[in-house]
This record gives sequence, C-alpha cells and structure tokens, in this order.
Amino acid sequence: MALELINQMIQGALIGGLYVLFAIGLSLSLGVMRFVNIAHGDLIVLASFILMSFSAILGLSPFIVAALLMPVAFVAFYALQRLLLQRLVGTNLLGVILVTFGLAIVIQNGLLQTYGPDTRKLSGGALELKSISIGGGLSIGLYPLLVFATAVVVIFALDRFLYRTSIGSRIRAVADDPAAANLIGLPSAKIYGIAMGVVGLTVMSAACCMSVWTNFDPEIGPSRLLIAFEVVVLGGLGSLWGTLVGGVIIGVAQNLGAQLDAAWQILAQHLVFLVILFLRPQGLFPRGPRT
Amino acid sequence: MSNPSGLVPDFPSVSVAADKARRLRTLTLALRALLFVAIVLLAAGPWLFDLNQLTLLTEFFTLLVLALMWNLLAGYADIVTVGQHGFVGVGAYAFFGLVVLAGLDPFLSIILAAVITTILAGPALLFILRLRLAYLAVGTWVLADVLSLIAGKLPGFGGGSGVSLPILVARAFGASVSQRVVTLYILTFILAAAALAATWLLLRSRVGLGLTAMRDSEEGAKSAGVDVPRMRVICFLWTAPFLGLAGALVTLQKVRVAPSASFSITDWTIFIIFVVVIGGIGSFEGPIIGTALFLLLREYLADFGAWYLILLGAVSIAVILIEPRGLWGVWRRFFPIDIIPVSHRSPESSDRTNPTKALPLEPSRPQRAETGENV
Repeated sequence: MALELINQMIQGALIGGLYVLFAIGLSLSLGVMRFVNIAHGDLIVLASFILMSFSAILGLSPFIVAALLMPVAFVAFYALQRLLLQRLVGTNLLGVILVTFGLAIVIQNGLLQTYGPDTRKLSGGALELKSISIGGGLSIGLYPLLVFATAVVVIFALDRFLYRTSIGSRIRAVADDPAAANLIGLPSAKIYGIAMGVVGLTVMSAACCMSVWTNFDPEIGPSRLLIAFEVVVLGGLGSLWGTLVGGVIIGVAQNLGAQLDAAWQILAQHLVFLVILFLRPQGLFPRGPRT
Repeated sequence: MSNPSGLVPDFPSVSVAADKARRLRTLTLALRALLFVAIVLLAAGPWLFDLNQLTLLTEFFTLLVLALMWNLLAGYADIVTVGQHGFVGVGAYAFFGLVVLAGLDPFLSIILAAVITTILAGPALLFILRLRLAYLAVGTWVLADVLSLIAGKLPGFGGGSGVSLPILVARAFGASVSQRVVTLYILTFILAAAALAATWLLLRSRVGLGLTAMRDSEEGAKSAGVDVPRMRVICFLWTAPFLGLAGALVTLQKVRVAPSASFSITDWTIFIIFVVVIGGIGSFEGPIIGTALFLLLREYLADFGAWYLILLGAVSIAVILIEPRGLWGVWRRFFPIDIIPVSHRSPESSDRTNPTKALPLEPSRPQRAETGENV
C-alpha cells in the first residue's frame, strides 16, 4: 500500500512535467502581457489536432512533425497577438478576457465540427513502452521521464532567453513598464508579438507531449487551462522555476486523489490549489519586484 | 455618423439643437411607453400566450436574471466571473435538498435556497478577493468546478448522474403540467421583475454612482473617493441571492438536479457572457436586448449545433473590437437616450441645465457614510 502510494506520487510528479509545459506559456503571457489567455488550453488542443493531421498526411512521427511546425506556431501566435490581441492592449482587461473567451469557444466548436467528438491519441512508437527500473519493484516510463526533462529544458532555455539575451531584456522592460519602454524607443507592439510567438513554441511542445501521453478530444481545452492556471498561481507569477514546483504539486495531488475515484482526481487538484492560495496568495516562489 | 441631424456641425444653431433634443425626448417617451406596454402584456402572460410561448418566456426571464447579474459584476464592478454557473448550481442543489431531503415547504425552500447561496458567497469572496483581476476569471471558474464536483459527491442527490424531482414536489406548483407551466411563468416573471428593480435601485443609489464611476475608469473612481473593494463586495453579495433563486427555478423547469445540468457552464455562463457582450456590457438595456436576441436567434439556428456557438463567439469578438458597448452602444451612437434612466445626468450631454446634477461623485467621506444606509 505504501509502495503503491509512493509509486503514485512518482507518477504524479512526472505528469507534473506535462502540466509545467501547459503552464509555461500562460505564465509568460501573464508576466509580459498581463492578461490571462482564456483560450490557452484550447490552443494546446488545437495544436494537438493539427499535429495529428500533419502526422497522418506526412506519415511522420509526431515528434518530427512538432519540430517542423515550430516556426509555424511562432508565426501564428505572433500574428494572433499583432492582429487581434494588440488591439486591446491599453484598454482594460475586460476586452482581452472576453475576446480570448470568444476565441476559446470558436476553437472548441470549430474542432468539434471538423474532427467530431471522438477521443484521440497519437502514437509515440517504441519510446512509449520502454521503462526504467528504479529499485524496490518500482519502475518509471521512459517517455514520462523525457517529458519531465523537456519541461526542465524549456524552463532553463526560457530563463536564459529572458535574462541573458538582449531581446529577453527588452521583453522584460516592456513587461515592467510598457509606457517607459515606449519612451526609450522600444517597439512594444512588436515585442509583445515576439513574446507571444515564444508562447506559441511552448504551446506546440505542450501539444506534442500531451497528444502522445494522454487522450484528447475537442472539449478538454478548459480543463487544461485550469491546470495551467493553477500551476502558474501556485508557482508565483513571474517565477519560471516556481512553475516546476507548482506542476509537480498539482500532478501529485491529482494522482493521489485518483486513488479514490475520477471526480476526486480533479477535486484534489482544485482543493490543493485553493488551500495553498488561501495560505500564500502570492504563490510559493513570488518574484520580488515583478509580482 | 454620430450626429445624424448635425448637417452643419460647426455651427449647430440653437433651434437645431433644441429640435434634436425634443425629438430625442419624444423617442424616449415612445420607447418607455412601449416598454410599459410590454411589461403589462407579460404580466398578463398566462391569459395571452399558449404553453409553448410561456415556456419560452420562462426561459427568457431566467436568462435575463443571469444576464443582469453577470452584467452587474463584469460590466460595472470589474469582476469578470466565468464561474456564475457555480451559484446557479448551489441554488438548485440547496432547493432540492430543502424540499426533498428536509421536506420543507416548496415555496419556502425557494427563498431559503437564495439565503444559502448568499451565505456561500461569503467564503467564495475570501478567495475571489485574493485573486487579482487578471486571475479572477479563471479563479471563479475553478471555484465553480469545485462546487460542481462536490455536488456530485453529496449523498442523496444521485451522484454524478443526478436525480429527478419527486412528482409530489412538482404537484405543489400545479396539479397538471399546464398549471405548472403557468406557475413557473409567474415565478420567473416575478424573479425577473425583482432582479430588474433591484439592479435599477442599486445603480440609482450611491453605490451605483460608485459602480458607474468604476465602469468608466477605476483609477478615476478611486481618486474621486470611491471605495472600490467595498463596491466589489457589495456587488458580489447583491447578485448571489438572485443566482440562487434562478437555480431553484431552473430545477423546477428541468424537474431534476444533476451536476452537468444544474452547474452547466454552457447554459449559465458561456451563453450569458455572449448575451451581455452582444447586447451591450455596462448598460442597463444591453442584457435585455441581448437575451431577447439570443432566444430569437436560437429558435432559428439551434439546428446548426456547433456552428451556432462558433457564430456567437465570432460575433462577440467582433463586438468587442468594433463597439465594446454592444448593440445598445450602436443604438446610442444614433440616439443618445436612456430608456431606463440609471444615470443622474440629463439624457443630452449638451443640455445640462443643472450642472450640479451632472457631477457624478461626491467627496469620499459622506459617500461612504451614506453608502451603508443605502445597502
């Protein structure tokens, strides 16, 4: 029994890696553009379906297709920001929330209309079946481990990108104070666009990891949004590494709750979130001046 | 475009301006008369309409109540909730628990369902006030999800698949189906009328002045002495009982409770957001126009399924980008009038005969003092 619990916690921590990938794009758009993209989960699901279609047409592994589609994702999200969301920057948040909410419904029902309500899953090939024994009769899948490693790499890369490159420091400047950034000649609209393009890259990697690991259908977008949101809030706004901890907490809570039944899986996830939010509204690892 | 009668915009002569003002006043009076006739006709509904029409109007009243409440929160208090279905579900489950499990009087149970929903709004506020605005939309969604999951776990409510309302309880609202339809029509009509009156009174009060100032500019409202967090709390608690009442009446319409139906995010939140956005957020008339249009469109487009929702989503995105004040905002570009006056200004901004009346806000201290009395 204790062994089973430990096993569930390890599996939960690993699926936390997937949740980190859901959350990292949301964290970036919240930290830089200061808005919650309600369509975030649906965009991940949309990317999964696009991946599925191209994978079927080209006859290639979803991993290769995802790598090929990365530039497309960047451009698509850049365009989404420049053509749609940028029009609402500077107005109150209401407009952005309502527009992304409308977008979420359009994507959800568009997918439902195009692909039907069936549950899908992509095949990752032999990779999915391999597992590593870690002693004590426990073993962990190679694929979950790779996803977790991907999450760590993405966070590391993003951290480097934001804090070690010149475009990263421009993004942070615009995030801290758009008006002042405009005054010193930073083209804030373009920089928002680039930041959103990077969000697109994280969404595509999240879609790739999710579609091979778990089932998906057109209507799971909102629940992915809630997971991503809880991970971001738990980690603390602006804290990239905090997101990793948030993801693990949510993953473990879900897996322990799932021991009771399916409803408790989600209930445990939400309750852990609410309790920590109540005790620490600023998140576990708030980033001083940026919060 | 915004000045249809202003053919000579540089020199609008006094007579042209007066003429325009007079015509707008006539239009206002005509529309108010029309509204009054509509209310009288609806009040006499059971004698005028057949059962199908009564059922449709019952739905209209229910959606109208939800739209009014969401508009009050999102349009004025800047609480953009995506969790409105949570309180509707609480009202539904509270009503079912009181009337079926506790065996209380059905009509008393409806009232008590509203009380329970309001009591639950207290702890919900604790969480909501902790979330800054950008987080609030998703935070309320999480809360509603929690309430729905808990409802599915409660003993005696049929678990995840729900349970039907016993026929004995339904009989309390009329011996036959047609009598029950009439009773429900009357109940939802009363609820909608009460919600309209309550919203109107709130917006006409000093709290409403503060809320209107917050709608126009939160920073401006703060600097004018509006206690913004307090306004949010009042607004939130104000809407809770109406959502609970709507939930209880929805249970009577559906004759059952179930987490998926009673806590339906599509029916009680997504549709409502579209209704308010398309009709005109932050106005009194917007939700009424939006609800009527929504039901009208649905009668013709319901068969298109997903396309209908895609259309609603696309239209509401377009509305936000082109005219954030919705259809009522478009109407007001041509006819700047209030059919239902909630502002304390005269309808024509060029015709402020009494400038003191046009001042939107009082200094902070007396306002706070008197706010308490009004609430």
